[in-house]
Amino acid sequence: MNALKSLFSARGPRELPVPPGPGHPALDARALSVWLGGRAVLDGVGLRVRTGEVVALVGPNGAGKSTLLAALAGDAAAVSGTVWIDGRPLADWPAPELALRRAVLPQQAALSFPFPVEEVVWMGRAPWAGTVREEEDDTVVAEAMAATGVAGFARRPFDALSGGERARVALARVLAQRAPVLLLDEPTAALDLRHQERVLRICRERARAGDAVVVVLHDLGLAAAYADRIAVLHEGRLAAEGPPREVLTEELVGRVYRQPVDVLAHPRTGTPVVVPRRDPRPGRDLRAVVLDRAVTEGT
Amino acid sequence: MTATAEAPGTTAPPEPAEPNRRRSTPLLLTAVLLAALALLALLSAGLGAYHIPLDDVLGSVRHRAGLGGHGLDRVGESVLWNVRLPRVVLALLVGASLGCAGALMQGVFGNPLAEPGVIGISAGAAAGAVGSIALGLSFFGNWTITFCAFTAGLVTVLAVYALSRSGGRTEVVTLILTGIAVNAFAGALIGLFIFFADSAQISQITFWQLGSLAQATWPKVLAVLPCALAGLAVAPLYARRLDLLALGERPARHLGVDVERLRVVLVLVVALLTAAAVAVAGVITFVGLLVPHLLRMAAGSGHRFLVPGSALGGAVVLMAGDLAARTVAAPAELPLGVLTALFGSPFFFWLLRRTRRTQGGWA
Repeated sequence: MNALKSLFSARGPRELPVPPGPGHPALDARALSVWLGGRAVLDGVGLRVRTGEVVALVGPNGAGKSTLLAALAGDAAAVSGTVWIDGRPLADWPAPELALRRAVLPQQAALSFPFPVEEVVWMGRAPWAGTVREEEDDTVVAEAMAATGVAGFARRPFDALSGGERARVALARVLAQRAPVLLLDEPTAALDLRHQERVLRICRERARAGDAVVVVLHDLGLAAAYADRIAVLHEGRLAAEGPPREVLTEELVGRVYRQPVDVLAHPRTGTPVVVPRRDPRPGRDLRAVVLDRAVTEGT
Repeated sequence: MTATAEAPGTTAPPEPAEPNRRRSTPLLLTAVLLAALALLALLSAGLGAYHIPLDDVLGSVRHRAGLGGHGLDRVGESVLWNVRLPRVVLALLVGASLGCAGALMQGVFGNPLAEPGVIGISAGAAAGAVGSIALGLSFFGNWTITFCAFTAGLVTVLAVYALSRSGGRTEVVTLILTGIAVNAFAGALIGLFIFFADSAQISQITFWQLGSLAQATWPKVLAVLPCALAGLAVAPLYARRLDLLALGERPARHLGVDVERLRVVLVLVVALLTAAAVAVAGVITFVGLLVPHLLRMAAGSGHRFLVPGSALGGAVVLMAGDLAARTVAAPAELPLGVLTALFGSPFFFWLLRRTRRTQGGWA
């Protein structure tokens, strides 16, 4: 039976990833170009992500953030350029071994059949089946569910959840995979303020534990507060890349987003805060409102 | 229970009992289905125009197995061993194949409405079988019809798959419409073959169109046994990967599933199972739709139980259906395919309405 099983199973003996030291390049994309619909969506983008750091991908709609993430994940075929992961080109890794090395959170979490939340998170452990680290399954799943705050509805069916709850379950599944490279596509999109902060704190914790995290974000404030480095994409190219304080300048953000902004230093932490430059609202000023109310109330 | 009563202040919910209950459901269902299967097999062997009491059935089986018991008289022995038992075994094989094929197909398409009959695989396989009869093919002897049904079924699965997918997913409407088109085309081919067939072949072909186990013989059992067993043995090995495929193609790949390979293997298995069923029993629809769906409602969506469970459930449903087909209008016999369609169609209708509601319309 076992012989039969191995005949039909794609799972041969697998090489388990060895955690490298901090600062080691975990993911290295060189001169990536991706074409979609006869147009270069990515044009010669290079990005190196080291273990222990969080890199935020930001940029306006259609700048190529998700495409870059898909190319890093091996989903979008690059016409030129290579992505190296754990010392080997992405294409050279068989799918089961790649799953031990990188986890991907898709932008939208979908499920064809109504599995309970708990089972969805357990799916994240599938790559480790048959390895020595299978023993960790219980604790890892429990940790992932606790970290994302989904343990409270562990037995509810996935399709009965709200959008934000689904997004957190999907994140829990990705965390349970325990891959040293994490690629997250807009993990905060459907979440409220508290859970947005929670997700990025998780990113930081994973980086501290030695993982390399790439996260696509829309909120520049979040990126500035939590990322070690920010990569700004603009029309398929890398417009800037570096620590938040160097990258988030009024000139660069204004040019890339075509929206004038003010960049302030947060009074307590000193991290850059990006605020769109807004005209004062036309209409009555506060004094007029107070006067108005006094008149109507008859005092 | 006592712990919660003693410490009402603790907020820990008394939930630990829940997972055990949940995990024991598949075990319980398996036991119930196996018992039902055994009971139906004994009933099917005994009931009919020539009644054989239960004792005699068991006695004859024990006698043949060399475990004591006693043989029956010549007629009884012949009815039991040449008519009833091949039919029982065939019902088991065909039902298991159809149930399992339905569960696999729904997993591969990620769609609870996918079923070999609904999307035209059965009709395609039937067109192959009918063609081989009408053209008098016999290049593989006993296995010719099975082979032709398999080839035609495989071509149909691939066509449906290619036609109904876009952007990595299968929409319900596209799938059902593709099924209509494929069924129409297969129907036209069958009509064409009937036009060219002589009257002896036509009566044989009519049997295919209605779906029946009435022509069960041991050689027929042997003709489908390899296909059905191969398919049923391979299918459960892919259960865990089918669970992951429910997340979508890309997430499944990110979790280490070789999606392309999984899909190719499972499409082959579905064609194999459907062809096995169609080659001996003609087109029997809705078993592959009804059984996995009911099991999913009872025991959850996990394919580790669903795939083998659907095989078991399919066997139970088909054996019960065949028993009813033989006995309800005795001495006449209802075509089994007509019977399953009679009960399956309203269920399909209900499922359609439900799917539409949960998706908030088809658009």
